Amino acid sequence: MGTYILRRVLLAVPTVFGVITLVFLLIHLTPGDPVDVMLGETAQAADKVQLRRQMGLDRPLPVQYARYLYHLARGDLGRSLHSGRPVRRLIMARYPATLELASAALVFALGLAVPLGILAAARPHSIWDGLGRVVAVLGAAMPNFWLGPLLILLFAIDLEWAPVSGRDGLAHLVLPALTLGIGMAGVLTRMLRATVLERLGDDYVRTARAKGASERRILLMHTLRNAALPVVTILGLQAGALLAGTIITETIFSWPGLGRLTLLAIQTRDYPLVQGCILVIALSYVGINLFTDLMYGWIDPRLRRPS
Amino acid sequence: MSRLLCGVLASRQAVAGTLIVLLFAGMALLATELTSYEPSRQDLSADLQPPSRAHWCGRDKLGRDVLSRVVYGARVSLLVGVVVVGITGSIGLFIGAVAGYAGGRTDDVLMRLIDILLAFPGIVLAIGLSAVLGPSLRNVLLALSVIGWTGYARLVRGEVLAWREREFVAAAVALGAGPVRVVTRHILPQLLAPLVVQATFGMAGAIVAEASLSFLGLGVQPPTPSWGAMLNEGRSFLLVAPHVALFPGVALTLTVFGLNLLGDGLREVLDVRGSD
Repeated sequence: MGTYILRRVLLAVPTVFGVITLVFLLIHLTPGDPVDVMLGETAQAADKVQLRRQMGLDRPLPVQYARYLYHLARGDLGRSLHSGRPVRRLIMARYPATLELASAALVFALGLAVPLGILAAARPHSIWDGLGRVVAVLGAAMPNFWLGPLLILLFAIDLEWAPVSGRDGLAHLVLPALTLGIGMAGVLTRMLRATVLERLGDDYVRTARAKGASERRILLMHTLRNAALPVVTILGLQAGALLAGTIITETIFSWPGLGRLTLLAIQTRDYPLVQGCILVIALSYVGINLFTDLMYGWIDPRLRRPS
Repeated sequence: MSRLLCGVLASRQAVAGTLIVLLFAGMALLATELTSYEPSRQDLSADLQPPSRAHWCGRDKLGRDVLSRVVYGARVSLLVGVVVVGITGSIGLFIGAVAGYAGGRTDDVLMRLIDILLAFPGIVLAIGLSAVLGPSLRNVLLALSVIGWTGYARLVRGEVLAWREREFVAAAVALGAGPVRVVTRHILPQLLAPLVVQATFGMAGAIVAEASLSFLGLGVQPPTPSWGAMLNEGRSFLLVAPHVALFPGVALTLTVFGLNLLGDGLREVLDVRGSD
């Protein structure tokens, strides 16, 4: 397992470098002078020169890139143009809130999809199967920026079951987690139903049945473990949608996380902060995918062998 | 192509999806004939007016007719869907075919590039690009095209890798066909079914992505109507005028639902696995 982990970590290194390079280049895609965009074309020439020097934009591109890597290695993401505070500190202050929201959405998605997916597969064309389809359709067709306001209208304003916005305890977490998690729940339910149905036709299930194992034991002990690999794959892929979804969900529910900070940075044209936020979101995704890869090796030992 | 048409007709899901998509496509194409009001015409004395016989879907905060804006919004959504699928499909087809047929170092380099782009979750790179390029329809198309081709490239590469080992390809090579001819005349026609399925889901994804960018203020700019921007405007009036957000929300959900139904139906009938 040690060699497998090392191999997966080494494979992630070029991806991390690619992500860092792309995020660095992002600011240089600005049509015209990025300083003009940040300060406005009517800004004083002296202010422009100062900002250009502060951000190192007056140096050649390779030098800027080397400096960017050097600062990044020391955990320095620059300073916010708007508040003057270190970007790293601003991001670290918001990151726990995003982690909390994304984790709650993940728990909601798994809590809904796992039982529903299994029941839908065990009893095709039953009410559970129908419910599974509804969740899958709803998750796929209803974007979170439409579902969120609907949930606010129904559960926060009409029924007064949950607060409208903010972050102050578990009650505030319910609606944003539901909004963020429903898409993932839909994909997972669908995937789990299909995979469990496929596994139920395997030889080892027939053998277990012949030996007198109960349907519950077959489902939970034999089928589910073998259906785990594709589900983990989907979980890893959907983690990206979850992280991206925080930008919109946090905006709708005024959740003080990294997503809202990203949008705020974009609105105020605070490019060092935009760069920092996007880099942290992308690197989080790389980390989740690496973790998913490592999970494969744990679930299916055959995958630890080099191909 | 006839197999595709038969596929659509053989699946109830695909037929239902096609009808929904055609409904919105018809709305987009006949927008000027279907609406009696200019989508940008304001009447501040009638702001947030509820649905009535004159204005079936009511009016927004500037007194504009919501139905006209929803109908014209379909133009933006479907235009983005079609253009993004066209661009990303073409780029993905080219890069996937090159990577799959050339193999070796070319394949390694292209796949590594795709891995890096895929390291950006969903729409985050598009948000970053729209932020630095500035909000406009052209930049939305650009941002969504930059991130969208990777899925097609991976699909085409996988298929080309599988098909190039087949006997009819070996026969074509033995008869002197060059790589371009082998790929375009012999392999690509085999990829039509999975590509159409992928494009259907890709179109739904592009429509949602455009609406997301417009919702965040990074997409189509006012006064051009866009479902995402309308939802964002309507969010502030949910309590007093829910119709402002309701109708663009329903239109967006139905369009995406229709495309997903069509994609699911086609995948089932054409026996394509794992395209979404």
